[in-house]
Amino acid sequence: MGVGIQVTNLNAWYGTNHALLDINLPIPPNEATALIGPSGCGKSTFVRCLNRMHETNPIARVTGSVRMSDIDIYADVSPVEVRRRIGMVFQRPNPFPTMSIYDNVASGLRLNGFRNRRILDEVVERSLKNAALWEEVKNDLKKKSGASLSGGQQQRLCIARALAVDPEVLLMDEPASALDPVSTAKIEDLIFQLKSQYTIVIVTHNMQQAARVAERTGFFLNGKLVEFDSTHKIFTNPGDKRTEDYITGRFG
Amino acid sequence: MATRDENGTMTNRYKTSGANRLWRLASNHTATGLAILSTVLVIAPLVAIFIYLLYKGASSLNLAFFTQTPKPVGEPGGGMANAIVGSGLLLAVGSALGVPIGIAAGIFLAEFGRGGKVANAVRFTADVLNGVPSIVMGIAVYALIVLPQKHFSAVSGGIALGIMMIPTITRTTEEMLLMVPHAVREAALGLGVPNWRSVLSITLRTAMPGVITGCMLAFARVAGETAPLLFTAFGNQFWSASLNEPIAALPLQIYVYAISPYDEWHRLAWAGALVLILLIVVSVALVRYVTTRGVLKGAS
Repeated sequence: MGVGIQVTNLNAWYGTNHALLDINLPIPPNEATALIGPSGCGKSTFVRCLNRMHETNPIARVTGSVRMSDIDIYADVSPVEVRRRIGMVFQRPNPFPTMSIYDNVASGLRLNGFRNRRILDEVVERSLKNAALWEEVKNDLKKKSGASLSGGQQQRLCIARALAVDPEVLLMDEPASALDPVSTAKIEDLIFQLKSQYTIVIVTHNMQQAARVAERTGFFLNGKLVEFDSTHKIFTNPGDKRTEDYITGRFG
Repeated sequence: MATRDENGTMTNRYKTSGANRLWRLASNHTATGLAILSTVLVIAPLVAIFIYLLYKGASSLNLAFFTQTPKPVGEPGGGMANAIVGSGLLLAVGSALGVPIGIAAGIFLAEFGRGGKVANAVRFTADVLNGVPSIVMGIAVYALIVLPQKHFSAVSGGIALGIMMIPTITRTTEEMLLMVPHAVREAALGLGVPNWRSVLSITLRTAMPGVITGCMLAFARVAGETAPLLFTAFGNQFWSASLNEPIAALPLQIYVYAISPYDEWHRLAWAGALVLILLIVVSVALVRYVTTRGVLKGAS
């Protein structure tokens, strides 16, 4: 089951560049939360702070707290543990190029020392089914490289890989921006189905996409969270002039 | 290319036929021809050497060459069996030393020390080591190992070869690891894989074909080295498989035979050179076959 995340006074820097300023945001469980805003507004940095990927950049720094149920992910657990419980799908599909489809999905478990073949088989099948890729690849699981799939299939493979370690939250950083409309529709359908099991945070440049998949939407601008509300409210009756300007295409 | 004519309207220059088209065809064929010529020039020396070695050495190759030790001057026959085994042993010791240290140092440079002072010092040292003449390497190992031990030995020869392999392997490993896309590292970290595990199982594995090429380059280079063995492995006319005794090696044996005044020995030297090259080609091809067997369809 998904869990909610409570973000309090989150600040992030790259070197001296203050990328996020005092973000406060409750992410409800088992819903999709969309983050929109122009390029460079900090929304990608924000999701990378949620699973401590931000700190893999040597000049990056974070303050504030991110609580997931009753643990503070910056104080109580290691980054490795955080990333196991909060999975991530990146903007560009990034399957491991030397691994088969099967090995890609199994990689998260295997690299953490899990070896039971029967359970791995089950997890791979379930994850690929959850990612709506099973039917397309079930005959080539161990024959084809993950890199030989089409872009849309690769992205669903990456989603399956993230699901295989059974996270509670799934972060998606513009998961469909490198894909064609058909693949994008498949990913969106997928987000709809995954909501019942996972909490989803999706960064997107595509406002129709946010409107289609997310219950709640946050609008970022220049490192600040301008507005956070139900998607319906944000797109029909935004409370802030800047949000209105952005969603009506007046800038950004 | 689109250009404007005198009326200011756009016309497509590619549509104008005649002289233009001829010019493009001519330059295309010239470029292709130059590329083919360069390829031939690169391959020609290798083929020439190989044919010449076959011509000079093949006649002396027989079963005895691979099964017998050298005979004293004047006695016909004899072979280089001990030198072939000796070279194999020296290269095994060298690789056992050079490959793990070289790869580990390459991993350090690319993954852990990136941009740091230590990494810069290591990289500089590796580049200098790469430029050290092999005879100097031989003298250094002679002073450090052979003199204290008071005798020549296979192990000292293997160490000299191993040290010579390190810089090539280190630098190619580093280059190959740096070519692995950042997205692949992020994917592994994002799955909750510890960094060390990600480096070994994902980044290194992705870069493996290139790393192996680096190892084979280093291997092939030291396989033919004579100078570092002169004061270390020393050479041996008799059977020896002991690491603690002087040992024969193909390049040493070729060297001794080639500068001798006997025609019979000259022929054996040619045969030895041919066998040395064949052994290098076969071992490189074998490693390549074994390491590319498991590659999947569409893997990059």
